Amino acid sequence: MGSITLQKVSKVFGEAKVIPSIDLEIKDGEFVVFVGPSGCGKSTLLRLIAGLEDVSGGKIVIDGKDATESAPSERRLAMVFQSYALYPHMSVRSNIAFPLKMAGMAKPEIDKKVADAARVLNLTDYLDRKPRALSGGQRQRVAIGRAIVRQPSAFLFDEPLSNLDAALRVNMRLEISELHQQLKTTMIYVTHDQVEAMTMADKIVVLNRGNIEQVGSPMELYSKPRNLFVAGFIGSPKMNFVPQGSQTLGVRPEHIQLSMESGEWKGKVVVAEHLGSDTFLHVNVEGIGQMTARGDGSFPAKAGDTVYLTADKARIHRFNEQGLAI
Amino acid sequence: MARRITTQRKVIVTAVAWTIGIVLFFPILWTFLTSFKSEADAIASPPQFLFFHWTTENYLEVQSRSNYFSHFLNSVIISFGSTLLGLIIAVPSAWAMAFSPTKRTKDVLMWMLSTKMMPAVGALIPIYLLFRNTGLLDSRIGLVVVLMLINLPIIIWMLYTYFKEIPGEILEAARMDGASLSKEIIYVLTPMAVPGIASTLLLNIILSWNEAFWTLNLTASKAAPLTTFIASYSSPEGLFYAKLSAASTMAIAPILILGWFSQKQLVRGLTFGAVK
Amino acid sequence: MATLHTRSAARMMMAPSVLLLFAWMIVPLVMTIYFSFIDYNLLMPSDNRFLGFLNYEFFLTDPAFFDALINTLVLVLSVLVITIVGGIALALLLDQPMFGQGIVRILVIAPFFIMPTVAALVWKNMFMNPVNGLFAYIWRLFGAQPVDWLANMPLFSIILIVAWQWLPFATLILLTALQSLSEEQKEAAEMDGAGFFSQFVYIILPHMARAITVVILIETIFLLSVFAEILVTTNGGPGTSSTNLTYLVYNRALLQFDIGGASAGGIIAVILANIVAIFLVRIVGKNLET
Repeated sequence: MGSITLQKVSKVFGEAKVIPSIDLEIKDGEFVVFVGPSGCGKSTLLRLIAGLEDVSGGKIVIDGKDATESAPSERRLAMVFQSYALYPHMSVRSNIAFPLKMAGMAKPEIDKKVADAARVLNLTDYLDRKPRALSGGQRQRVAIGRAIVRQPSAFLFDEPLSNLDAALRVNMRLEISELHQQLKTTMIYVTHDQVEAMTMADKIVVLNRGNIEQVGSPMELYSKPRNLFVAGFIGSPKMNFVPQGSQTLGVRPEHIQLSMESGEWKGKVVVAEHLGSDTFLHVNVEGIGQMTARGDGSFPAKAGDTVYLTADKARIHRFNEQGLAI
Repeated sequence: MARRITTQRKVIVTAVAWTIGIVLFFPILWTFLTSFKSEADAIASPPQFLFFHWTTENYLEVQSRSNYFSHFLNSVIISFGSTLLGLIIAVPSAWAMAFSPTKRTKDVLMWMLSTKMMPAVGALIPIYLLFRNTGLLDSRIGLVVVLMLINLPIIIWMLYTYFKEIPGEILEAARMDGASLSKEIIYVLTPMAVPGIASTLLLNIILSWNEAFWTLNLTASKAAPLTTFIASYSSPEGLFYAKLSAASTMAIAPILILGWFSQKQLVRGLTFGAVK
Repeated sequence: MATLHTRSAARMMMAPSVLLLFAWMIVPLVMTIYFSFIDYNLLMPSDNRFLGFLNYEFFLTDPAFFDALINTLVLVLSVLVITIVGGIALALLLDQPMFGQGIVRILVIAPFFIMPTVAALVWKNMFMNPVNGLFAYIWRLFGAQPVDWLANMPLFSIILIVAWQWLPFATLILLTALQSLSEEQKEAAEMDGAGFFSQFVYIILPHMARAITVVILIETIFLLSVFAEILVTTNGGPGTSSTNLTYLVYNRALLQFDIGGASAGGIIAVILANIVAIFLVRIVGKNLET
């Protein structure tokens, strides 16, 4: 139902080749996250799939049909915008009903569908309010409600949580994931936050300057990054990189053992971050430079102390001169 | 500036501000008061402020002696007419410029604004002669066209800025929701544009009502709006202060009220968006 | 799909306004230029000899022209100074916390919405009249001879009337700009040790620079064409002491019926206005980067 295939899709804006060429397959029911730094083209890619921008080359196939030339409304996709894009002059009810009205549905049927969506999203009490009388989280839900009623082949989310405060973001993350479990519809989600990507995705597409760096499940990307970029992008705090001749070694902070007595590398703590559950030490390692290591929450080191780091040999990544994993 | 705004400071500021405000407003206040005086009281020395015999005779006389309301009607017709005509022409223009901009759009806008900066005297003679030869002198329709032309740049500019403020994402959402172009315009675009259109309407009615170059030169009696009518009081026959005040009060009252509501629009419309 | 319309649809929608404005700009101008080169007097309309630049010569060498030019400059500059200095002061005042701020705003803004003919006549008769006016009364109260404002100081009187009308405009614009200055910037300055005067010079004034620029630009455009106030009070007199360029051309055309001469004057006025505009935009244009 909700399968999407991109074949050699490219996009040019004037002189700039924003997306050189992308091939991607999204299976029905998958939760796919496009992630990458600002300007990597993830939003552009989403908009190309939505039909809000025309491709400069290549084909977009939705549910087996070539949708490259189709208008957005013909593609049977629903989009949740970063700014929610609610119709300010319409009530919540009218907002959610709008796509059904455009499709020419009969009023009693529209009312039923709106009531259902409102129930699922806890909006029943707000149906007659206007968007300006709603909080950020409520507006977010209205935007999702408007997308749900259309029963689309796939949901497209364009950084939907960026405008929310941290606590709300965590809640909404869970809600969207639960929604996915419930509806089992394909979801394509764009974010620059790799935590959202890791926690929500079935499949992550890491983008960098218009190119796909790697596609895989969160764990795949975590344990088997294909290149330096993916290795440095996924995982927080960032992986430590140690140049060794023409190669680069990579080891994640959580794969380094800390000790006050002995270890492979010796260094002085520059900054110690005690989070309670973990301790992150930023250490100036002799002969290597700045490294980050994770220790247990009770690890007592503070700034100025001397500590010893030992990397877990099995978890060291090696990258060649081109930055590819060996 | 200071965190502790003392009441004392607030009182001082209030006193100063109110004093200045009243001084600046005084001519208007004086006109209003004088309109209710008898002519004798109007020029009495010392000047009567509040405690005189209030009468409405001036208002009645202004109407009976000079058919005030026909001039009032002329003002209404000319200002509403020119503004509405301008809107009809401007809306498609501003629309196209806001939603289908090209590299030259900004230049075209600047050029349109520059036509407003042309001194009116440069066009006075041909327009006057043209109107004279085609019988348009002292006609409402002639004035409607001229005022429309001089305000068109502002109308287009204001509509353009309001249209540009409609978030593109909302229109995209409508498109994703299956709205065809016409449905998008009817259900989403127009309701969101209405406040901007109303604001533009408001400001330009005010500007047309108060316009005092073309109205003075192109009308005499039949189509004379209030600007010209009041100007005829500049060569007085006998005592007339109270009547002048009555005529003036009636002429400015509607615009004072409208003007209060249009402050924001004024800033946007007359500074060409450079100040927000 | 990205733009709402095709190119040609957009062009068609813009056509009426572009054509109308183009015609409005070109046609009268061309006709005025034509008239300026011929001998055309409404009292003897048939004799239309080509005069070359004679009309221009007469106009420019007429002492009335020089007076009008000076008067125009004095009028514009005086009103600019009064409204901008006064506008800044009023804006600063209205930005302060006070009781009844809304009402004070109404009082201060109101004069801008008064039609020029009303404003001029109210001032002429009820304030400036040497016999019955309020100023005369106040002068007599202090034992002084009342001043015949419009007869003895015509240009100054007109400046007063025009400034009264435009002060609210400047105040409103400058107040809007002032209120867009974030409180935090002022607080940061205060923490850095800046007193009120320093804050004004280094923080507030630069922030308002753009708005001041706009006010100067807009007001200049409108002030160059002051007309109604002169027509209704002094008729340019006594003599030419309160005649500005606009009034001079009007006088030539509609009172002396010298179409040719007045047209030359009109073209000169257009040229001067363009010079002023270019001059202004160059000097202050850097503040207007949109």
